[in-house]
Amino acid sequence: MSILDRELPGVVMTPDNIRTRRLPPAVNVGVALAALVVSAAVVLGTGVGNWVLVVVVAVVLYLVGMNVTASRIEGRRAARNRMWQALIYSACVLAVLPLASVVWTLLSEGVGRLDGDFFGTSMNNIGARDPNGGAYHAIVGTLEQVGIATLMAVPLGVLGAIYLVEYGRGRFALTVRFFVDVMTGIPSIVAGLFVLAFWVLIVSPWFNDGQPRFSGFAASLALTVLMLPTIVRSTEEMLRLVPGPLREGAYALGVPQWKTILRIVLPTALPGIVTGIMLSVARAAGETAPVLLVAGGAAAINFDPFAGNQSSLALFVYQQAGDASKYAPARAWTAALTLVTIVLVLTIAAKLLARRNSLSR
Amino acid sequence: MAKRIEASNVSSYYGSFKAIDNVSMTVEPKSITALIGPSGCGKSTFLRSINRMHEVLPGTRIEGRLTIDDQNIYDPDVDVTAVRRMIGMVFQRPNPFPTMSIYENVIAGLKLNGVKKKSLLDDAAEQSLRSANLWEEVKDRLGRPGAGLSGGQQQRLCIARTIAVEPQVVLMDEPCSALDPISTLAIEDLMFKLKDRFTIIIVTHNMQQAARVSDKTGFFSIDKTGDPGRLIEYDDTQKIFSNPAQKKTEDYITGRFG
Repeated sequence: MSILDRELPGVVMTPDNIRTRRLPPAVNVGVALAALVVSAAVVLGTGVGNWVLVVVVAVVLYLVGMNVTASRIEGRRAARNRMWQALIYSACVLAVLPLASVVWTLLSEGVGRLDGDFFGTSMNNIGARDPNGGAYHAIVGTLEQVGIATLMAVPLGVLGAIYLVEYGRGRFALTVRFFVDVMTGIPSIVAGLFVLAFWVLIVSPWFNDGQPRFSGFAASLALTVLMLPTIVRSTEEMLRLVPGPLREGAYALGVPQWKTILRIVLPTALPGIVTGIMLSVARAAGETAPVLLVAGGAAAINFDPFAGNQSSLALFVYQQAGDASKYAPARAWTAALTLVTIVLVLTIAAKLLARRNSLSR
Repeated sequence: MAKRIEASNVSSYYGSFKAIDNVSMTVEPKSITALIGPSGCGKSTFLRSINRMHEVLPGTRIEGRLTIDDQNIYDPDVDVTAVRRMIGMVFQRPNPFPTMSIYENVIAGLKLNGVKKKSLLDDAAEQSLRSANLWEEVKDRLGRPGAGLSGGQQQRLCIARTIAVEPQVVLMDEPCSALDPISTLAIEDLMFKLKDRFTIIIVTHNMQQAARVSDKTGFFSIDKTGDPGRLIEYDDTQKIFSNPAQKKTEDYITGRFG
């Protein structure tokens, strides 16, 4: 008799008997149905709750019931396995549930204003009694601000990460890495305040006859501050995942270090880097506070990101959701749907682009 | 044109740890030299010192002279990429570039060093793959990813990639340790074939392999963990495996060590 047999009977099967009895799937379904019926009878019968409580109680009853039946027939180990499996599945469902709910709410509420007017006009001269009005100016603002911010943050962030991984040694690299970590936690409003104090109030008057000036570009600066640490960190992680022997393989061919990084290391890490960049783009596109602080928001269309107030989709949602007009909430929902769609389309496009460059197995 | 390698009093360090101590040996052109010895005895470190791959890791340094046809490769004005172009290296685990096809892998060294002409690259790819005994197996799927080949094929692909830049010396760091006997045989055959054109130095844990393929053998050893590795004996392979001068060498190759 082995130690395992003696100390934990039932854990190991003996060499003579490696088979075990299995519950038929019908039992599973039966227990689930029984749990549901009992739960509905108890909860609705006593009138303590609605169908949500029925489901919760039914899940608990199902777990207990399955545990009892399974340990009777299949043994303790199998019963525990079943219970954890069921718990993990329910955790998964619970995690996805809010997400599905968000998507569903967005779609059902957002379709209300999915019309040409919404994408073709701004909020200029739209009063509280006007049912039309659109987010054209906000879409233009979001695309310009996030686009410029991405153009600034991606090269800086990727090059910074390359420095940290491939070249950075000693105290300076440690300091840079530390500050990147600290910057990851900067609240967006602080980034907005920084740009307001530095760019809008101090630098922008030089170009505007001494008057401070809101602009979409100022918002881009704030978004860049927010995007940089995310891009540096994710790119750094991805570059570190590239195996050392790959670099050495290139060095051994007499390929200089910069070319090794550019042609071997970056392409290998590209899909991961793109994912990190798109995460930061999505975050930037959803920022409201910095845009409100330094671009000021606007009701009219302004194509020039360097002069004058601009709006953005996130800011538009914030303003419309708080507006007194009874037509405003519908605009807010559709703008939110538009924002999510833009980010989704950009992410999918970026992933496809990144994948086309690498070979398919 | 294969070249003569001369190491005199080479010591390599990782930070303050001395990995090899005072190694001196001369490797003749167009020969195969095997380096054998227990794990951690510094034979890989010595091999990596020959093409200045040792210094890729931070905090490493080298003392002594290492000359290729009387040019010290550790002179301050030496371009390290030129040294590595002259001295190619094959690694323990096959490391084809995962984002590149078989064809792109073979010509990676040429292309990344600036060769653009398509006809030249095509010729070089075919030549190198033929030399590496891989052409027949892959000629119909040159566009497929290099990482999709079997382990033995990948290693031959890496050898093809190495010889495509026409180095003078090829270093091999346990090139067969991750391969099955058939792939190992294929690579040993290949080494005999390449001997006509290159100076080859191979690190191996497989003593039969050393005895089979090499002209000369160097035996490295350490006294105890933490001590630097030393070159105990360096002589004709025939002599090392039949009548070694040192007791330590005899103990190692007959399996009585420690």
